[in-house]
Formats: sequence, structure tokens, C-alpha cells
Amino acid sequence: MTSTLDRDAPAAPPTRVRRGLAPLPFLAPGMLFLIVFMAIPVGLLAFYTFFRRGRFGGIVFEFTLDNWVKLFEPLYVGVILQSIGLALVVTLLALAIGYPMAYAIAGLSPKWRTVALVAIVLPFWTNFLIRTYAWILLLNNAGWVNQWLQGLGITDEPISMLYTPQAIVVGLLYMYLPLMVLPLYASLQQLDPALREAATNLGATPWRAFRTVTLPLSLPGALTGCIFVFVPAMSNFVIPELIGGGKTIMVGNLVRDQFFEARDWPFGATLALLLTILLVLVILAQSAVSRRLTEGPRRG
Amino acid sequence: MADPTAPAATAAPTTTAMRELDPDARPRAVRRPRGILVPLWLGYVFLYLPILIVVVMSFNDSSNLFVWRGFSLRWYPELFENREIMQGLVNTLIVATGATAIATVLGTLLAYGIQHYTRGGLVRAFAIAPAILPDLLLGIGLLTFFSLLTVTLGLHSVILAHAVFATAFVTAIVLARMANLDPSLEEASRDLGAGPVRTFVRVTLPQLAPGIVAGALLAFTLSLDEFVIAFFTTAPTQPTLPIVIYSMVRFGVTPEVNALASLLLLVSIVTVIAAQRLTRLTGTPK
Repeated sequence: MTSTLDRDAPAAPPTRVRRGLAPLPFLAPGMLFLIVFMAIPVGLLAFYTFFRRGRFGGIVFEFTLDNWVKLFEPLYVGVILQSIGLALVVTLLALAIGYPMAYAIAGLSPKWRTVALVAIVLPFWTNFLIRTYAWILLLNNAGWVNQWLQGLGITDEPISMLYTPQAIVVGLLYMYLPLMVLPLYASLQQLDPALREAATNLGATPWRAFRTVTLPLSLPGALTGCIFVFVPAMSNFVIPELIGGGKTIMVGNLVRDQFFEARDWPFGATLALLLTILLVLVILAQSAVSRRLTEGPRRG
Repeated sequence: MADPTAPAATAAPTTTAMRELDPDARPRAVRRPRGILVPLWLGYVFLYLPILIVVVMSFNDSSNLFVWRGFSLRWYPELFENREIMQGLVNTLIVATGATAIATVLGTLLAYGIQHYTRGGLVRAFAIAPAILPDLLLGIGLLTFFSLLTVTLGLHSVILAHAVFATAFVTAIVLARMANLDPSLEEASRDLGAGPVRTFVRVTLPQLAPGIVAGALLAFTLSLDEFVIAFFTTAPTQPTLPIVIYSMVRFGVTPEVNALASLLLLVSIVTVIAAQRLTRLTGTPK
């Protein structure tokens, strides 16, 4: 009886006595598995960044900081900045396109809302490589977009679209747009319509009501969406390779090449860790900002 | 059956008299501009046009991917005769089944352990980390790890690798489900003398079943589609389906890929709709 009412009370003897070994059968297998197959491999990578590559790949255990210093070479700084730039452009475009979509969905009747959301999610459950391949069909010189453009008389010569940075942006945008729409929808859908009603009743124009009521309250969802898009866009290497033609290299391509072509695993590990550190920083910044956004108004 | 209007009704405390008269009416949008649906439709065109092209071209009678010659079903039988694709499909199914089995067991146990025996969020964060970690990092980490231990790569290494992130997703989903459970049933079981394991098997597990099924489904689907981690952890002789598609796109696509894409699309449509129905049928607990 008492244990139901205050389950966390320290004086509940039956649960307390059993605490000792009871967690083990539940926690131990999973934790052990994740330690062996996640923590140790990632730790191993971090360890490798301080050693030299072997002559034919592999590793020589001779301490060095060269891998970290090498990151500052202009070539690599350029690739890193270029990746950040491309991922940022993709994120902003996704926000600009995804926001009106999420807003429109939030205004639908519940039945249509479900349909609309399923329609957003569905492409996301379609194989990633097939969706990438579809863009090759569209953007190729002989592809469908060029055929339509020529058919409509807009151009005479095919425009080369595939294997350009713009193609990478379109491909990444296509891939991750649903990840922007979903959190935006979630935050817009929670908004109390009474707030907007109050604003309009008090004489605000629809635009003003949107700008002063809806927009600020949907910011946390927008931020989450930006993270959901930016993080995978930044580390993707398949799209830059397949529809960017590998000319515009992003950090992910570089990592892949270090592992399979250059056979410089320590440097590949360093690049991957740098990428992870950057992404963790972005995520931490996002959660700090959104905490301030949600707590700010209450503090006054 | 859950009332589909319920979330809207609870999310929007009524203020206008009109809504009190008609509780089923959806929260009335305040004079939404007419053109509001235009960006949505354009967005759908963007999302579906590429997929549509692939599906249409799967019925094309030409082996040229850019020229429509007429309707034909010839690529579908040819798909099933394509050794490479079929082997990739079998490999993928083996990997997804193995990884899902491991992840479902480990994730469910972890979720229960986290909910009942940990205070801070440290264990929880650790268990969910693989879902957030860049797949690239996990992929090369495992490749390095396996090669240090001189483990031969193959489907077994992909199964282990996929089980890592799949465990995180199962844990997260089961935890979410567990948060909604009524703790008094477990307490009653304990008060009546059942040990923690017995309570878990007899009382908790049946209540968690929908969450576990949802977690397993998600793990399976994610594994089916996963490319990056598999790319780093498998042997070239044992590619999963995404890797087969990758090399085909890289080195020359044959039209069977269109047929394959259309069939996979059909599978995802059926799965998404089934999952939608399932969650609606099981509804929220209590």
C-alpha cells in the first residue's frame, strides 16, 4: 500500500533489499554489448589518431601529433569549410521549404493530417540509394529534366546539372527534407490556436499574428529540424560521390578515401573524429539555445 | 479504436463558444490564407517526382533509361533472374533478421533496467548514443576494431554492427512505452512475492509487447536500408542489397534496378500503412 503511494521513499524495504544484483540481468548484456561494439571501437579510433600509418596501410605504434596538425593544411581546411557550407545551404533551404509545408499540414483536419504526414514519411522509408539514383535519371544530360526543358523550348542544349555542387545540394535536400518537416509539424501542432485567435481578436493582422505568436513558439521545432538535417547532411558521402561526381569532396568522402584508397587509417580516424566533435558541438549549442527559448519567457 | 480527433481536442483547450457547441469540430484555423496548400503540394511534387520517374521507367520496354519506348513488364522477371541482386536481397534479410533479434532482446532488457535501476541519465544516454553517433564513425570504428582482432569480415560482422544502432532505437522506443505504464501492477506483483525476473516476464513484458514490436519493426526497417555501416563492415564478396545498388549506380545501372526500386517502394508503402494501423489499433496504453 505505502509502496504504491511513495515508490521512491528510501524506507520501502522489499525493493531496496533486492537492489544489489537485480539490475545485472537487465543492464549487463546490453551495456556489455555496447561497450564492446561501440565504446571500444570509437575509443580505438581516438587512440589511432595519435599514431603513424604503416607503409602499406595498417598502423605503426609510434606516437605522433601529425594527424591533427595535418587537419590545418589548406586542402583539408577547405574541404571542411566546404562541407559546412554545403550542409548549411541544405539546412536553410530545407527550413524555407519545410516550414510552409509543416504549417499547412498543421492546419489540416485530423484525418488529412495523418495522410499528409504519412506522405511526408513515405519517401524516407524508400531505399536511400534508390532515391539517390532517381536523381541521376532526372539530372543527367540526357535525363528527364533536360528533355522537358528542351521539349518546352527553354533550352536548345542540355544543361549539365549532374556532378555539380548544386546537384549535391538538391540531393541532400531531397534526402533530409522530411526530417525538417516532422519536428516543425510537431511544434506547430502543439500551438494553442487560442493564442493566435486572441492575437487576431485584438486586431493583429494574420501576418502579424503569425510573426509575433506562431513563429517564436515554433522556433524550438525549427532548431530541432535544422539539427536533424545538418548532422546527416554534413557526414554524407554517398550523394557527393554519386551525384556530385566526387569532384566536390565533403569530409565524408575524405574519410572514406583514407580508409579505402589512401589507406591512411590514422588520418581517416582523425577526420572522422573531428567531424563528430563538430557535430556534437552543434548539437550542444542547439540544446542550449532551445532550453533558453523555452525557459526564457517564463523567467520574464 | 482510438478517436482520431482526440489529439486535436486535447491539444487545444476550447475558448470559443462555437467549439463548446460542437466538440468534434477541429480547432478552427483563423482565416488561413487561401494559397496555404500551394507550398505543400509543391513539396510533394519535389518528394514524389523522382520516385514516380523510377516507377514509370520500370515499365519501360527499352533498356535505355532515358527513352520511353512503350509499356512492358519484362524487367520484373529479369529482376528475379539477376543473381547479384537476389544474393544481395538474401544477405540483407539475413542481416536485418539477425540484428533485429539481438537488438530486440538487448534493447528491451536495457530499457527495463534503465527505467527501474538507474537514477541519472548517464546509462540512458550511453544506450541511446549509437542512434545519434554519425554512422560513418561507427562504421570505420568497427572496421578498425574487427581488423585489429583479425576478425574476418562478412555478414556476421554486419549483423553485430547493425545490432549496435538497432539496440539504441529499440531501447528508446521501449523506454517511451514504459513511461506510460502503470507502475502499480509491477508493485503488486512484487508485493505478492514475485522476484524481479518473474515480475518482468509475467507482468511487464506483456504490457510492453506493442512497444517491443514497434521497436523491432523500426530496427528491421533501418537495417534493411542501412548502407554506410554495412559498407565498412562487410566483405566485398558478401554485399547487402544497398551495397549492390551502390555499385550498380557507380558502375552502370541496368533497368532491373527500376523494377527493384518499385517493388521496394511497394513494400515500404505497405509497411508504413501497416505500422500506422497497428499503432492506431493498440492505441495509447491504459
